[in-house]
This record gives sequence, C-alpha cells and structure tokens, in this order.
Amino acid sequence: MVRPMELELRGITKRFPGVVANSDVNLTIRSGEVLALLGENGAGKSTLMNILYGLYHADEGEILIDGAAVTFASPGDAIAAGIGMVHQHFMLVPNFTVAENLILGVEPVGPLGRLNMAAARKMVTEYSDRYNLGLDPDGVIEELPVGVQQRVEIVKVLSRHAKVVVFDEPTAVLTPQEIEEFFTIVGELKAAGTAIVFITHKLKESLRIADRIMVLRRGAVVGSADPTTATQAELAEMMVGRDVQLVVDKAPASPGEDTLVVEDLTMRDASGRAILDSISFRVRAGEIVGVAGVQGNGQSELVEMLTGLCTAASGTIRLAGTEITPTSPRERHDAGIAHIPEDRQRMGLIKGFSVTENLVLTDYHHAPYSSGITMDWEKCAEASRQLIDDFDIRTPSERVGAGTLSGGNQQKVIVARELRKDLKLVIASQPTRGVDVGSIEYIHSRIVDQRDAGVAVLVVSTELDEIMALADRVIVMFQGRVVADRPRAELDHATIGLYMAGALDDFSALTPSGSGSNV
Amino acid sequence: MSEVHAAAATGPDPIAPVPHPPKWIAVYNSLDSIKLTVFAIISALLVGVVIIAVSDIEALGNLEFGTIAEKIGKAYWAIPKGAFGSVSGLSEIITRTTPLIFAGLAVTLAFRSGLFNIGATGQMIAGGMSAVWVGFTLDAPGIIVIPIALIASMIGGALWGAIPGVLKARTGAHEVIITIMTNYVAGLAALWLLKTSTFVKPGRSDPVSRPISESARLPRLLAQFGYDRGQARAHIGFLLALCAVAAVWWLLNRSKTGFELRAVGANLDASRYAGMKPATLTITAFMMSGGLAGLGGGSEILGTNYEATATLAGDIGFDAIAVALLGKSNPIGTAGAAFLFGILEAGKRQVQLDAGVPLDLVLVLRALIVLFIAAQLLTRSIWRIKAEEQTAQAFRGWGG
Repeated sequence: MVRPMELELRGITKRFPGVVANSDVNLTIRSGEVLALLGENGAGKSTLMNILYGLYHADEGEILIDGAAVTFASPGDAIAAGIGMVHQHFMLVPNFTVAENLILGVEPVGPLGRLNMAAARKMVTEYSDRYNLGLDPDGVIEELPVGVQQRVEIVKVLSRHAKVVVFDEPTAVLTPQEIEEFFTIVGELKAAGTAIVFITHKLKESLRIADRIMVLRRGAVVGSADPTTATQAELAEMMVGRDVQLVVDKAPASPGEDTLVVEDLTMRDASGRAILDSISFRVRAGEIVGVAGVQGNGQSELVEMLTGLCTAASGTIRLAGTEITPTSPRERHDAGIAHIPEDRQRMGLIKGFSVTENLVLTDYHHAPYSSGITMDWEKCAEASRQLIDDFDIRTPSERVGAGTLSGGNQQKVIVARELRKDLKLVIASQPTRGVDVGSIEYIHSRIVDQRDAGVAVLVVSTELDEIMALADRVIVMFQGRVVADRPRAELDHATIGLYMAGALDDFSALTPSGSGSNV
Repeated sequence: MSEVHAAAATGPDPIAPVPHPPKWIAVYNSLDSIKLTVFAIISALLVGVVIIAVSDIEALGNLEFGTIAEKIGKAYWAIPKGAFGSVSGLSEIITRTTPLIFAGLAVTLAFRSGLFNIGATGQMIAGGMSAVWVGFTLDAPGIIVIPIALIASMIGGALWGAIPGVLKARTGAHEVIITIMTNYVAGLAALWLLKTSTFVKPGRSDPVSRPISESARLPRLLAQFGYDRGQARAHIGFLLALCAVAAVWWLLNRSKTGFELRAVGANLDASRYAGMKPATLTITAFMMSGGLAGLGGGSEILGTNYEATATLAGDIGFDAIAVALLGKSNPIGTAGAAFLFGILEAGKRQVQLDAGVPLDLVLVLRALIVLFIAAQLLTRSIWRIKAEEQTAQAFRGWGG
C-alpha cells in the first residue's frame, strides 16, 4: 500500500505568447482516486500536466504536496516527489527488452560496473505479478502489442515509486480489448492506493473510470461532475460550451444502384499469407456501409486497394459498372472516389504546407487550380477561402501551415478537400480519430450529407460507436475475411463484438467466392 | 443538469476567429534567418580571432598584443579589400560565385524534393566534358556553338544525375551512397576520356583536353570596358546563373511540377495518397538537379577554363552543399550564400599578402560559418536569438 498523499494545484496560470494556456486552475488529487481531466484538444490539459511534471513552469500559482508548497525545476524533481507520467507516445527503446527499458537511466550495476540484468528481470516480474500485467521481462518492445508497451511504461513509472500517475490520452492508441485491460490495470493501481489523473477527451471513458471529473475549456476549469450521475450530453456541453449532438441525426437510407462492387479481392504478403482473402461486397448509391473490425484485420489494406495505392493479387473492383482494378490513385480520384486516409498526419496532410496547398493537394493538376505547367495560386487561395468558410475550418488564414492547426481542424482540411462535388464513392478511414467532439459531430454530418446526395459511402473505423452511429449496413472483417455483412438494424454492440473476435462467421460454410452481399 | 456544477458551461464560443496575420509576418520570418546568418558570421569571425592569434605563437608568447591585434585587423580588412578593392577583385567574386550558384541550386532543388544530391561534382564533370567536346568539335560561330555547348552540358549533367535517380526510384538504393560513388566514376571516366585521341591535347601526355575554339568561349562581361582577361575574367555565365536562380524559384513556387516535388520532399506518403508518382518525381528531380550542376560545369569550361581536366569541378560540388545549407534550401538564399563564398574566395589571396596569415584562414572561416549555421541552436543561445518555429523546421532532415 502506498502512503496516502494529497496533491494540490492552486491558482495555476500559464501564458504562452498570445494565449493563456491555463488560467487560475485549482485541483486536488488524492491517493486511491481516479481524477478524469476532460477537455477538447487544446483546452490546456496537457499544459497543466506538464506543469505538474516539471516540464513547464507556471507563471502564477503553486503546487502543494500534503499542504507543503513544492517547486519542480525539472521532471527529475517531480519524479522524486512521487509523480509519474505515461505519455501518449511511449518513451521506450524499440529494440530493447522490457527489462532493459525498465532500468534505462537507473541501471543496477554489480562489481566492476557489470549490469545486473537478473535484478532487472526480477523487478519486471514483481511488478507484473503484483498488478496482473502479464509482462515477459525478455520480450522485445517492438514485437509487443501497443497495449503491452503501455504496461511497460506503467511499470517504469511505478518502479520510480510514483504515488501519482498521470495518463495522457492513454486509450487513443489502444484497441477496444486493450482498453478493457487498461481499465482493469487502473483499477488495480487505484486499489493499491495510487492517485491517478486520466487526461482524455472521450466522454464515455471518463464516466466509466473516474471517481471525479473535471472539465477544462480554454485553459480554465469550467465545471466538475460526478460520474455516477452525469450524462455524456452534459459533459459534452460543458466541454464544448454549447449543445452537442452526440447521436448522428439521419433519415433512413434510400439506396439506389450498386456503386462499388468488389469481387474476390485477394492480397498476399511476401510470405504468401493472405492479408485479404477473397473479399466480396458491394456499396450502393445513397447508403453508408461501415467496416468494423479490430485494427490489423485487413481494413487498411482493403482501403489501399480500393484507392489504387496497392494492387491486388486477384479480384476485381468496379465503380458504377466500370472496372477500375488496374487504374492509378489519380485516375480513381478523378473518376469520383474521395479518400479520407486513416492517418491524417502521415497520409492526409503535409504539415509544412499551407492550408491552401493542402486543400488543393489532390486536385492541383487541373483547372482552375492550374493550367498547363503553371499553378494558379490566386485561384487556389480563393477556393480555399471558400472551403474554410464552408467547412468551418478554424484557422487564422489560408496561408498558415496546416501543422499549426488543431487535430480537428486538420481533419476538416482533409474532409473539405475530399468531400467535393459530383462524387460517386467516399472512402473514409478512421474519419474522426483523435478529433474533438465538436468536429466529430460536424464531420459525421458531412458524411451523411454525401449519402443523402446519393453518394456511396464506405466508413472504416475501429471505433464501434462510430460504425453504429453512421452505418446503414455493417461489414465485419476478421483475419482478412468478411465475416458479417448485415443491415445495421439487425446488429447490436455485443453481436458485432463476437464477429470482431472471430466467434461468429456468416460465411465460413460458403465457398470463398460466395457473394458477400446477402442484404 | 442534475449533479453537474457548471461554472461557465454555456459561455461564448470557445474558439473565436483569430484575425489574419499581417503579411509582414513572412518578411519577419525571413529576417530571422538573415539575423541568424549574420550572427553566425560574427561568431565565425570571433573564433577566427583566436585562430589568427594562435597562428603567431611567437608574438603570443612575448605578449605582443599590439602586434597580434594589428595582424587580426589587417587579415580581416584584407578580405573586403581583396574582393571589393579593385575591378579584378570584383570580377573574381563573380567568377567564383557563378559555378557555386549552379551547383548550389542543384543541391537545393534536390533537397526540396527530399533528396540529398552529393553528386554535383560528378554532374559538373559530365556537363563540362560534354561542353568541351562540343566546344572543340563544332566549328561554327559563337551564336550557334555556345547554345549547343551549354545545352549539351545540361543534358550531360542530367543524364549523369538520372543514374542515382533511377536507382533510387526503382530499387530504393540510398542516393547519398550512389552519388558519392558516381562522383568517383565521373572523375575516373573523365581521366580515361582525356587520354583518348578524341579528347587529348595534341603533343600532351597529361590528361588535358583540346582547347575549345575561340568562338565557343563565353563573352567576358567587362571586355567592352577594355579590361583584358588577366584583369577581369568574369563571363556571361554569371548572368545565366542569375537566370537559373529565377527559373528554380519559379519552378519550386509557381509550377505544377515544383508543387509535386515539394510535396514528395515534405511528405512522401501524403504525396502518394494524393495521387502523385514519387518514383517518377525522384527521377525528374535528380535530372533537373544534374542538369543545373552540368550547366555549372559547362559554364566553367566555356567561360573560365577553355579546356577540360579531370578535376574541373574541384571542390565546388561539395562547397555547393554548404552553400545550399547556408541558403536554407531557398534559391535566392542559395545565390546569396554563393556570393558570400565568392567574396571569401576572391579576398583570400590578399589575406596572405597583407597580414602574412595563411590563406587557409579563409577556408577555416568558411567552415566556421557553416558550422554556426548548422548548429543553429548553439548560435541562438550565444546571441539570445529567439527561435521561430518555421526556421527551426527548415533544417529538419539535413542530419540524415
């Protein structure tokens, strides 16, 4: 049992040039308690925790431990005072083992400076057993699933005798199963008397795990809530500052002709293993088909194939009756396919480019954006100002670098670029990953608008809630195969969960070339 | 709202529209990099003071500070005096700057496309050899032979540049290794060619080519003013280099291909997702880059040397990397950096004449300037220059 302690932040104010990141924030954290710090991206959650962790210094206010004021000049001081932090992006050496990562910087040495690895392994086993983490001391980090890597980070923090553990968006990188396991671990830590700060923008998770919820908006505490009685709608309103539509508002679909017809699509990796195994399905005009599944079951490859980024070993893809299997990404784009890629920072945007340059990134090659070999930047800027207005992109101007926008606004740039007029098919992959509530609502409504305009929509998401909210029909992928293809109305969370885990399979008895669309 | 204590749950919209930043912001950002360059030069000069002092160990031992101070003053004064003090000095700045601009632009263009072209030396040799061949073979008036020779040098450089481009695009081989190797190949191939009967200068056994014909020589800039070649050898290759600066600027900022090249350079995945063809663009970038370097080689042969040796590119291909770095991979900045190097080159002889300091001092100063620019965090902390985010990013990737 950890010695009980109380940590208090009193009147914390932090200013950066041009913005007040935190203004007069007061909060208390006690041992054995989970405090959820809820707020949109850019609300000041991370700044506040970086002050607590000694990375930033508050302009005003003080930090008190058990009533005594302390100052943290560096993270070292904060760690010594019993504060630990698990960052969203892990600070692990990928090709080192779990034990090696644990002792990094505090290596136990024997005589003549010999590294005492036995002690390190023992330490991993001890913590792993005490909190049921199931860690193998000799596992190499890069070979471990993200959820397990996170546990290594947790043990690292605990081994430094942390009494307060701050988790920065811990569930953002986890699969639904890993999130469950993570919550169990948090429960164990709490039972052992650790104080936990859980930084998140996910309403559901904060309600589920927290003992207390504090909501930050524009750097200030705008309210607190009791998770036993508060509702998601109330929290969302506090967070965003206005009424938020949590349920996607849409009329029943009125599907038309088949727009996308995929038949027997197969793809193999270098060793000949099927990544995609005879995938067949169709998406009709005016309907949203959701592709559910745990990450890594072939969804990314399916999208790359539909958008022409990689080629299939066999199978055909037809768009509105025309076979497009051998065409390039550019040709498919010009044929009316929109693609919102799953990783906006890596695939969707060029962060060093201006908003304008990003808005014309897929359409720069034709009029009015260019003529002959010359770009017409005046026309581009004009069009991008229009898109900024139409899609409510919050940016100081169209000239600023896209990398300076918030995550939600970066995503809106991509959505604005892709959801243009006269589309036939929209492929949206993780369209709202890491995006704030207000922007999620907006992006969803834009996708539904496309559907209502008669466009076929394919939404790939690992967030089951997103699939359930948007889709008219749901496809579940498991190990590169389609295991379910049913109307949304026939499915609930639990059933889809069974399909996702491979426990149910509608097509196992059929021949591999059996039709995937039994609507 | 049952148990929820909302302090200001329904306030104004959280993200109020931010006013447009004024246009001078962009000017200010470029001011920041000019400031950094100026302070890097000052830092280099200060370190240079120590080096000059130490170079005369006798005076230092006898604590003759007056002598030392005089020497430092003379050495530093000698550089601008040598470079700007006479017509031949000014002409020499131009002569030295010209090939550096071409080669610097070659490195800059490749770098903006996400590629390290270490092969400007080889591409200059390929260009120079092509130009010299046209220059001594084609017997025609200047108005015909000069454009053909220049185009030949550009094609030669572009084809030589295509080798690493194709290898990178088709096999993924790293362009740094390949371009270093193609430099050796170019140098040795030139050596061999210069000994063949086609190229070798009659009556000579060392690897020197036949001289180009009189009509193939680039007109000298100051010939009309009565200066002979010994006094002022600057030639119109310099004007061509300035045109190339404008052309590369236009290409990168105003053309469709330039947009594609920059996109591939900044984020290869995103450019592929946007429908561009990174493999083709890699080859395009390398050919354009090689063409620029080749033109630099051609302009050296037709304007300065009039004959080819296997070392016609000298250190210019490597200095070009420093020039592009100093110029922040921006065509206009690159031209500015090439000028700075040109001034140092033109002034270095005077340093030895006036102060008795070895002319290697100039090389040391040049290296120090590049060092202080590359280690910009050091320079910033010494002079307390606040970092602008954009300039901090301009160097990402140079480390490897």
